[in-house]
Amino acid sequence: MAARAIFDEMNGHDGQSRDAYRVLQDWLKSAPPQLLEHRREEAELFFRRVGITFAVYGNTEAEERLIPFDIIPRILSGQEWARLSRGLEQRVKALNMFLKDIYGPREILRAGIVPPELVYLNPYYRPQMHGLSLNSDIYVQVAGIDIVRVDDQDFYVLEDNLRTPSGVSYMLENREVMMRLFPELVGMQRIRPIENYVDELLGTLKSVAPSSSPWDPTVVLLTPGALNSAYYEHSFLADRMGVELVEGRDLFVRDEMVYMRTTEGPKRVDVIYSRIDDDFLDPLVFRPDSALGVPGLIAAYRAGNVAIANAPGTGVADDKAMYSYVPDFVRFYMGEEPILKNVPTWRCRERESLSYVVDNLHELVVKEVNGSGGYGMLVGPHATKEACEQFKSRVLAAPDNYIAQPTLALSTSPVFTEKGLAPRHVDLRPFVLTGRDGVRLVPGGLTRVALTEGSLVVNSSQGGGTKDTWVLSE
Amino acid sequence: MLSRDADSLFWLSRYVERAENTARILDVAYRMASMPISYNGVETNEWESALITAGALDGFLEVYGEVSPENVIEFLAFSEANPSSIQNCIDTARQNARSVRSALTSEMWEAINSAWLDLRRYKARKIKVEDLPRFLNLVKEASLRYDGSAMRTMLRNDAYWFSRLGLYIERADNTARVLDVKYHVLLPQDAAVGGGIDYYQWAAILRSVSALVSYQWVYHQNLRPWLVADLLILREEMPRSLAACYGALSRHLDDISHRYGKAGAAQRQARATHARLTNRSIDDIFQHGLHEFLEEFLADNNRLGLAITSQYLC
Repeated sequence: MAARAIFDEMNGHDGQSRDAYRVLQDWLKSAPPQLLEHRREEAELFFRRVGITFAVYGNTEAEERLIPFDIIPRILSGQEWARLSRGLEQRVKALNMFLKDIYGPREILRAGIVPPELVYLNPYYRPQMHGLSLNSDIYVQVAGIDIVRVDDQDFYVLEDNLRTPSGVSYMLENREVMMRLFPELVGMQRIRPIENYVDELLGTLKSVAPSSSPWDPTVVLLTPGALNSAYYEHSFLADRMGVELVEGRDLFVRDEMVYMRTTEGPKRVDVIYSRIDDDFLDPLVFRPDSALGVPGLIAAYRAGNVAIANAPGTGVADDKAMYSYVPDFVRFYMGEEPILKNVPTWRCRERESLSYVVDNLHELVVKEVNGSGGYGMLVGPHATKEACEQFKSRVLAAPDNYIAQPTLALSTSPVFTEKGLAPRHVDLRPFVLTGRDGVRLVPGGLTRVALTEGSLVVNSSQGGGTKDTWVLSE
Repeated sequence: MLSRDADSLFWLSRYVERAENTARILDVAYRMASMPISYNGVETNEWESALITAGALDGFLEVYGEVSPENVIEFLAFSEANPSSIQNCIDTARQNARSVRSALTSEMWEAINSAWLDLRRYKARKIKVEDLPRFLNLVKEASLRYDGSAMRTMLRNDAYWFSRLGLYIERADNTARVLDVKYHVLLPQDAAVGGGIDYYQWAAILRSVSALVSYQWVYHQNLRPWLVADLLILREEMPRSLAACYGALSRHLDDISHRYGKAGAAQRQARATHARLTNRSIDDIFQHGLHEFLEEFLADNNRLGLAITSQYLC
């Protein structure tokens, strides 16, 4: 991979404009240079005024920051999306089947495909979920699957996010901004709409309501509160769905039923779209020191009186060690070959892998098994010698906690900079919704971009930005 | 709706209204203080009475020694030590707005958020006395914009009504306090003594509630102190009068009780206070004692806020 020029989403390997980008490129050529700068400023003003911000933990200086938005869209052709979406649907189905199995008969352990300790010693494994039959068999209603590519052939999954994946509000706002700022460009081609995401989400959530709930179940979105880094998204989604945005203190449990405190007295809640970690859901079951949760919630859940999406305990399927087995899930449960590729992964828990990783640290990306947000990882080729040495001793001290992957030559996409267009590495997070009535996907996802030249880290907490993502009609 | 959301909306509106009221109080002090002494009267200290009207004199004296224009402006507009400073009101309003974003329309949120952004710019540099009017205008416009967005974009449901309740409770409190601080210049026996000096005091009262011109339209005569009191206490057509505030409070509380199908202590209290304001003449109030009347009113108004909280907001 490294020998060839890096694959660019617009210009391919060889600087030849790719089909999906042709209209954009012609338009860019004809647009006066000040126009782009102008629109970029307008976009920033819009985000600031609307208050689309996120908080950065441990950074009091910039309590609320804007995620930088790049005005050059990232484009996928209809055929590319068709293949990608088939692969996503397959993968998420397999992940749901895995969770049902792990919290049920555990056939995959008996078949010797996944080592049991990876399940039982996983901090996100929830014994409380065992033997619980969910009335919909769905554990992951909302998945965010991080996708990268290195050429125009394959899509690689970098990470499955099955707990509380965020970013969908940026996907929607980015489109809104692009339609406002570049109506002429947006109108020049057939871009598939994504605005129905919120309806699909609400439909998905309602579909998993307990069978005892009324015809039109009451859905709420549970947030840790206004200080959470994704609070903007929580309020955005609650607002667009027309459901209450609740904190733990707004809910209480009586006789294994969940109620919210309203101005008209207690109101029964049927479905909780939870955006808080399992740990904080119910102090009686998980962390007793948590003030965020709802005492008795898990009892109500186990009694089948309320649905929680995503289910507690989904994290056992999305850590970076389990990741390397997901293609096996597809084969084991579905008898199919996985459509999406996995990035080759060395599990440091395995002896030979460990010694390979330790010897080749400078070429690898090493990740903490349970890390997220770009924290706790080492990008070998970009790290200093000391950093590598330090990381090496951490890996040797607790090899089970680490995996390593080759440093991929992630594709780039042009971004608008002070010096004109310049290539930057991107990934893509499509959101996969799974309800009792099937899988729903809106075409596209959130494209994240590493705005620093050469950087491979796209996380917003590490200075990444976002772009609008266009999927063209076939 | 969620009790916590209703509570945030109620206080959000109170804080925006409070910021505007403080801006008006500062505006009056600024105008009065810039008048020649012969008109203004030697004895009065307008900056001090601004502190009293805002209910902030004690807090001020804990922090500052001297009642200078700069100190008063800083304390009422920016100080973190003053929980009701304009800056703190807008900060708190925005925090509340953030926690109920889904209950606000985007226009309301943008009104609050841009006011907050604008104010932060002001806070960064020391404001000069002569820049005050421009700053106060900004605050008044922010409040107008918030209020206008609420009126024009909110669904007429409980969220709207709770936000109105906060606004009118705060407004009634402010009007009563503006009157109470100056009640001595409104007493009929002072009228003969006052002459030119008191005229400006009466005008200042009216101006602090945007009613100077309205006065002329209602009474068609020169300023009379008891008519100033009549306008601000009993006249329903005067939007900041106590009667108008209570008309609106009982109306919106009735809206809520109709929607929810049950009424409680808050409805009864609002109606009783409203009745006391509609069945009285200003002579009656003066005989009873203006100051006593206003003190009772302030206590009643406070009790209504508590009744609304315990009935709906917790």
